[in-house]
Amino acid sequence: MRMSVTDEALALAAAEGDGEAFAALLERRYHRLFGLCFRLTGSHAEAEDLTQDICSVLPAMLTGYRGEARLSTWLYRVAVNAAHDRRRRAAAHKKAGEGWGDWEVNRRAGDAETAERMDWLTGAMRALPVDLRDTLALLLGEEVTHAEAAEVLGVSEGTISWRVSQAKTRLRALQAKEDLP
Amino acid sequence: MSDELEDLKAAFHAATPRPDAERRAENLRLSLENFDRLQGSMVKARPIADRRPMVGWLLSGVKLMLHALSTRGGLVVTTALVAIGLVVISPQGRNLLLPSGHGPLTDEVSELESDTRLRHERPARSVAEPVPSEPAPAEAPMMAEDSSGMDLAGRKSAPSAQLDLAKSADDGKALAGGLHAPSPVMEEMSMLLPESTREAYANEAPNPLKVTAAEPVSTFSIDVDTASYSVVRSSLTAGQLPPPDAVRVEEMINYFPYDYPAPDMGEAPFRPTVTTLETPWNPDTRLVHVALQGQLPALEDRPPLNLVLLIDSSGSMQDAGKLPLLKQSFRLMLGQLRPEDQVAIVTYAGSAGQVLEPTSAGERATILAALDRLEAGGSTAGQQGLQQAYQVAGGMAGDGEVTRVLLATDGDFNIGLSDPGALGEFIAAKRDTGTYLSVLGFGRGNLDDATMQALAQNGNGQAAYIDTLNEAQKVLVDQLTGALFPIANDVKVQVEFNPATVAEYRLIGYETRALNREDFNNDTVDAGEISAGHSVTAIYEVTPVGSPAVLNDPLRYLAETPVASESAELGFLRLRYKEPGESVSKLVEAPILPETGTASDDARFSVAMAGFGQLLRGSDYLGDWSWGDAIALATAARGEDAFGYRAEAIGLIRLAESLSTD
Repeated sequence: MRMSVTDEALALAAAEGDGEAFAALLERRYHRLFGLCFRLTGSHAEAEDLTQDICSVLPAMLTGYRGEARLSTWLYRVAVNAAHDRRRRAAAHKKAGEGWGDWEVNRRAGDAETAERMDWLTGAMRALPVDLRDTLALLLGEEVTHAEAAEVLGVSEGTISWRVSQAKTRLRALQAKEDLP
Repeated sequence: MSDELEDLKAAFHAATPRPDAERRAENLRLSLENFDRLQGSMVKARPIADRRPMVGWLLSGVKLMLHALSTRGGLVVTTALVAIGLVVISPQGRNLLLPSGHGPLTDEVSELESDTRLRHERPARSVAEPVPSEPAPAEAPMMAEDSSGMDLAGRKSAPSAQLDLAKSADDGKALAGGLHAPSPVMEEMSMLLPESTREAYANEAPNPLKVTAAEPVSTFSIDVDTASYSVVRSSLTAGQLPPPDAVRVEEMINYFPYDYPAPDMGEAPFRPTVTTLETPWNPDTRLVHVALQGQLPALEDRPPLNLVLLIDSSGSMQDAGKLPLLKQSFRLMLGQLRPEDQVAIVTYAGSAGQVLEPTSAGERATILAALDRLEAGGSTAGQQGLQQAYQVAGGMAGDGEVTRVLLATDGDFNIGLSDPGALGEFIAAKRDTGTYLSVLGFGRGNLDDATMQALAQNGNGQAAYIDTLNEAQKVLVDQLTGALFPIANDVKVQVEFNPATVAEYRLIGYETRALNREDFNNDTVDAGEISAGHSVTAIYEVTPVGSPAVLNDPLRYLAETPVASESAELGFLRLRYKEPGESVSKLVEAPILPETGTASDDARFSVAMAGFGQLLRGSDYLGDWSWGDAIALATAARGEDAFGYRAEAIGLIRLAESLSTD
């Protein structure tokens, strides 16, 4: 069936109105899209909502896809923009400012280990400014290269490398603080 | 990847939850429905032709509709429509996809495909394809959702929303009939697209080291912009190191007023001073410091000024750091104008409009009242605004007067800028008729530094970024004369280094101002301007022949370069400029001698700023020269510093030091 067709080919067919291709594409990408959404927001509920935002606008956005970028790169850009948009709306509604904020929600009773891990992760992510967070969300989940992340975020590759080193510096500082008795 | 990031990656991996199967099904359904709706509307709205123009048309349609809906009554109806959507759509979705949500992935695919409503059996896209047979009310609600409505769509099928349905269903249906289908998606798209730009900076990779024997000539245009320094300051004071691309070293240097030797009356409008000094970060190299000081004509003699303030009053200008600061800034500037000067105000938001007809600067009350009336709202129509501003400026221009458009914006040029290239050409053409353009940036967030740069460069103007009232004071009051009265146009600098004395060299900064060697003598190639009283500084780091700091080995087959001159000169400086209104350039030349003069405080402070800029960019050439060294050098060279600019810069370096070791 469609299994051997590339994402890009499916996307171009979908952009031309092929609903079957669109459904197949969505099936194929959903899990990874959700993963990125989680890394961008830091909460299960927020990730579900963000994924929904993206699914909702995807058909219209796709009409603008010309196959120039890899589909994953293109889709991540849509996702990062949607996340940014969502944060702005949230800020406008005076809700959880920038994501990675609502950490009580992340505590899952009865699963102490997960909760602890989540606390550390949330703490680490919250220590970073939002542009570094977005950069790490892209780089740490999927096989996204610095060049691709640069394309997604619309910055230069040098800026990505700089952000990574910034993030490392800050995480190291955080670790140093944790290691203190 | 380092340990820190590996830890984080592992934590992500462990923490990432599985997507909720129910939500997944809902999301997929929502997406497919939107897809169908889009196809349906496309087919309906257009016979067969190209798709893209259609999207544009739909977007403007949405704008109109949103406008119509933005009244209080309209918003009530919108809520009602969303409520209908919940009832009509949700059950469908449940029936369609709920069971599959729990099955393995392949099952879902087959279920999707076996569903007749979702399957598109189309051998080819055909105009005659029947419109999807969804009931009309189901289409309309989706379309009328606003951005927050989308959150509500499938998932939060709150009972209260369903209760609302009954009483408002009739209104909803009535409205639904009158509207077209595809909008929610489109509206959301129009919200997403501008986001992607956010902040864009104009920069290039730092200038590389050049081998004199291979490439003895360096050519660039001067740059008097200061925007980069203000952006750096705004980042640092907000507690963040600026992105490296935001740092243009030459603008860090040229932000400061320097008091280099000024030309005598009757000489060229500016005077070059070349100093050779020790490199603070490398004992084995030298810095060649080229300073141009513009004449400051007697202020009383300045020609009358026609000023068109082109003010971005779009919704994004609402922040305290934008429109309110802008109003205060212009109020300050008004004090510098004279009765014979004329001011007009054009705004652009949604549609461009003239807010104040050309008015004598003497009528302060009228101008202040017009400023006060400005309010932020609507989207940005930059291009129309510019066209109108130039039209107004054209009407004001008179013989012997200086006419300038002063564009104030947060850089959000997303809407209305159909073709940046064409806009640049338009501005350049206006520049040649004598109307110049300066750009003032306000506020952060969607600052489009790159567009600002491009506009100001094409318009023979300065791009400055105003983040505080102090900065407004500097740009619009203290340096108003300089900013608005050009004394030399298209100033180009060319330095030819002597391979007998200089092995390698690099220009610090000016990456975005590089010119081709042949452009120097080509008078049609545009370059930067010097305004009254301005100074411009360019610094080269040069490695003398035989120095241990030489990085490149000599070429084997070019080893014995014949050197024509036994001269000890490091090189030769050539400058080209045009007098305002002239089209033929004049040439100024001066040799660069190994020990020329003593380094003034001004020169040494500019070097400290060059070092600061390079530290912020993460330059490879500084060795272990540190923030602390930059602070020491800047402090020692602070000089009189009447306005406290240099003291502020030292504070910024200290901040950068703390933030980078954070």
